[in-house]
Amino acid sequence: MILIHCPYCDEKRPEIEFANAGQAHVARPLDPSSQSDEEWEAYLFIRANPRGRHHERWRHVHGCGRFFNAVRDTVTDKFETTYKAGEPRR
Amino acid sequence: MSGFRLETGGRVDRGQSVQFSFDGKTYQGFAGDTLASALLANGVTLFGRSFKYHRPRGVMAAGSEEPNALISVDRGAGRFTPNLRATNVEIHAGLNAFSQNRWPSLKRDFGAINDRLGMFFPAGFYNKTFMWPRSFWEKLYEPAIRKMAGLGDAPTAEDPDTYASTYAHCDLLIVGAGPAGIDTALEVMGSNKRIFLIDEQDELGGGALADPSLWPWLERSRKALIDAPNVTILARTTAFGYYHDNFIGAVQRLTDHSPDNSDSPREKLWRIRAGEVVLAQGAIERPLVFDGNDTPGVMLSSAAKVFANRYGVAVGRSVALMAAHDSGWHDVFALAKAGVGIKAIIDVRKDVDSALTQEADRLDIKVYLNHSVTGVNGRHQVTSIQICNNGDNLSARMDCDTLLMAGGWTPSVHLWSHSKGSLAWRDDIGAYVPDQPNENVRCAGACSGDWDFGSGAIIDVLPTLKDQSRIKAFVDFQNDVTAKDIKLAVREGFRSIEHIKRYTTNGMATDQGKTSNLNGLQIASTALAKPVTDIGLTSFRPPYTPQTFGALAGHAKGALFQPTRTTNIDGWADENGAVFELVAQWRRARYFPKMGEDMHAAVNRECVAVRSSLGIFDASTLGKIEVVGPDAAEFLNRMYTNPWKALEPGRCRYGLLLKEDGFITDDGVSARLAPDRFHLTTTTGGAARVLNMMEDYLQTEWPDLDVWLTSTTEQYAVIALQGPNARKLLEPLVDGIDLSADAFPHMAIREGTICGIPTRLFRVSFTGELGFEINVPTAYGRALWERLMAEGARYNITPYGTEAMHVLRAEKGFIIVGQDTDGTVTPFDAGLDWAVGKKKPDFVGKRSMARPDIVASGRKQLVGLLTDDPNVVLEEGAQIVADPRQPIPMTMIGHVTSSYWSEALGRSIALALVAGGQGMMGDTLYIPMPGKTHEAKVSGMVFYDAEGARLHV
Ligand SMILES: [Zn+2]
Repeated sequence: MILIHCPYCDEKRPEIEFANAGQAHVARPLDPSSQSDEEWEAYLFIRANPRGRHHERWRHVHGCGRFFNAVRDTVTDKFETTYKAGEPRR
Repeated sequence: MSGFRLETGGRVDRGQSVQFSFDGKTYQGFAGDTLASALLANGVTLFGRSFKYHRPRGVMAAGSEEPNALISVDRGAGRFTPNLRATNVEIHAGLNAFSQNRWPSLKRDFGAINDRLGMFFPAGFYNKTFMWPRSFWEKLYEPAIRKMAGLGDAPTAEDPDTYASTYAHCDLLIVGAGPAGIDTALEVMGSNKRIFLIDEQDELGGGALADPSLWPWLERSRKALIDAPNVTILARTTAFGYYHDNFIGAVQRLTDHSPDNSDSPREKLWRIRAGEVVLAQGAIERPLVFDGNDTPGVMLSSAAKVFANRYGVAVGRSVALMAAHDSGWHDVFALAKAGVGIKAIIDVRKDVDSALTQEADRLDIKVYLNHSVTGVNGRHQVTSIQICNNGDNLSARMDCDTLLMAGGWTPSVHLWSHSKGSLAWRDDIGAYVPDQPNENVRCAGACSGDWDFGSGAIIDVLPTLKDQSRIKAFVDFQNDVTAKDIKLAVREGFRSIEHIKRYTTNGMATDQGKTSNLNGLQIASTALAKPVTDIGLTSFRPPYTPQTFGALAGHAKGALFQPTRTTNIDGWADENGAVFELVAQWRRARYFPKMGEDMHAAVNRECVAVRSSLGIFDASTLGKIEVVGPDAAEFLNRMYTNPWKALEPGRCRYGLLLKEDGFITDDGVSARLAPDRFHLTTTTGGAARVLNMMEDYLQTEWPDLDVWLTSTTEQYAVIALQGPNARKLLEPLVDGIDLSADAFPHMAIREGTICGIPTRLFRVSFTGELGFEINVPTAYGRALWERLMAEGARYNITPYGTEAMHVLRAEKGFIIVGQDTDGTVTPFDAGLDWAVGKKKPDFVGKRSMARPDIVASGRKQLVGLLTDDPNVVLEEGAQIVADPRQPIPMTMIGHVTSSYWSEALGRSIALALVAGGQGMMGDTLYIPMPGKTHEAKVSGMVFYDAEGARLHV
């Protein structure tokens, strides 16, 4: 069970306090109605599946409740960094 | 010497005799004995039958690496543990142990015929022979093989033992309390670090337990560590797995070593998070590979020393050593000093350290250098061995009753490898050693490849004069894999050790190749003519030794398997005969049968009561979210399909929630209490999911909105009063609320008090009758319920459960999200177009409702179904076809989602998802069921009081 650093609590806490929330930096289009079918499909369904560095969202669901972003290596399962939602991609 | 117990020596308590049983026969041992040492002391050499060939097997090792002496322990009904290593089982009064994999008895085993047929059972035999035909495999081969080739029997009764589980944190975790582990603990002991020292054995010491010269040091160290307040010592505790971020799983055995089955936990699972880990797991001696090396009486030389020095047991009266490593010589010298008769030392090497030969001379032990053992005579016990001079090939027979093997040492890198630390190959010891760590961990002592017990030659198979294809030289003793099998795998084209392992099953037994992996690797390396490092290394995976399911999961069974959520009114339901069902984690009353009633009768009675007078229902499990803030209405407007901004305070609205893909995910009635405050309700099972989804949008998509979300599910008890007399019951009990139809219409909320308790009173209905949902602080739930039951007696108030609730709502065509929808149903598919705010520019899921697949025709749509035979209640989940005469497999156009007997209508009703269903009103569809195909007509979804006259009163 890995330890994850919550950037809001600024603490490393056990994985069971957190829930994965999918790929990070997939912003909901500001005006969905202007999206073509292809653009909307990409937003809804198309996700990266990298071997190595992966940007993903986690929620400290059994802690502060905040969503944040993380860079995790999908090979080693190690977290490189975590940062608050809204901060630039690392 | 009495039997094989030495006159003196050992750490067993000779003053404390222990009586135990093995295969039904009674034996005596001493406190401190293992089953292996006690049986050896009694002259027992035969412990079990091998997995595939049913060959007689004895004890090969003295610790947890033992591959042969697997036994079962029976502690009474449901307390049967198979596949324990006799070398790990501590004897105690009443211990009842059995050998395994033999029939009818250990000495006369029918399956031993496999051994004579051995030439017909090479590696991959099962895969090649039993592939075809399939029915033969399932009916004939597999049951026969399972019966013949097996380990111990699986227990059949439920385990009555209890198990414990705990988390622990420490600064330093030391795995292994041999000299290296103890030294590490002593060094750090003076700091303020919290130290855990764990060891699988019953006492600290590891290898030092077999070295009497170290016992004074051991005793001093043990005392110092016990006295240190910052050191926690866990004996009989196996660190079985090493997981991310220094998280170690360990199982502590609490009662198996003691005579009684007390009520205290049998085992305890420790989940330890350590700042730093020191692995001091030691090293395991390697067997040598030669014909007959599995005969009872052939064992590791280090094991013989343990039996003599720790348990005071001579493994034989006439002991020979086959060595490729200096350590064997030292072991034999120790045996000689302990009084064990030594026959000879045979060493495959041409030259050894002269100090060794001089000591052998001094002890009058005959030495044969550059010799091999080429054969072992004796079936249940070694009687003699064949030795051969590797120079001139001259062979001779030597009488002995025990043959020791000293093949060198394999560092125990199991946990290191679990932690994903890298390994480096060392040619000089013929083994992998820890290299680069992947966690904050280091290795100490023999498991890092450092030891002081000399050097040796790396030998894959001992030289022999015999035909290599006709000898049984075992590599993996537990899985019966021979050197020949590995060579065959290479001949058949396997190149990677991962493939060779799977083809031969080398290293895949319950011991995970603790004594076989390195020998297998060496043999494959020679056969492939490639360096060991080129053919890979198989992975070590947890558990280090097999652990019981009880230890890993036994603390979470029965009522503790998962939490059961109960409402404040649950106790009343329990006392009043409710039949319960689980809805998500909630325990809910399903119906309240009266004496002699079945479910059908009870549900009919409950439904009639609601429609004719008054029903009372515990709706506390409804998910509740308080949405507060200046932007609360704007937020809900974006989340739900419905418009919310114009909703006046004091009014309620049915809310429909989609996921961004346009499919229904939840629904519920919500109320506006104030311009900036809403009381949301969700489905019972959807509360956490909905709150998570709302938090997600609020935090990450619309952080500019000033809104706060709070889960209030457990803050309110909710009592639904439904039926024509609901208002009459409430009126005298409620203060501060005008209950009249004009002042308090359907879909409104008022705040006031009921029986003096503050309440949020909803006028809502999930039954189609005049209805109220009374929200009061949870602690008042049961008191209010009982008051309402008492006051309602004059209206024959009837408690009803979830089953009646389902019937009543289905009569009105109200859907249950998750039952009538399945994650692929849009508002249009569900006939809920009216709940979608067409003028809203955006809401979650809106864009998806224009996706090509969503607007396409032929989507499955929710409709009503009325069977032609009104007495037929369709099965929920039944498939629907348009033409019952079409060939099988038929084209299924939908399925029944809800189906009930409606007492109000005197017939059955159903809801169904049917492709293009909304365009099929009045059409006949068919529901093929075993023995009968039912006919039903498509209808609208509202079966009762379609105009809603009963609601607006
Ligand atoms: Zn946090």
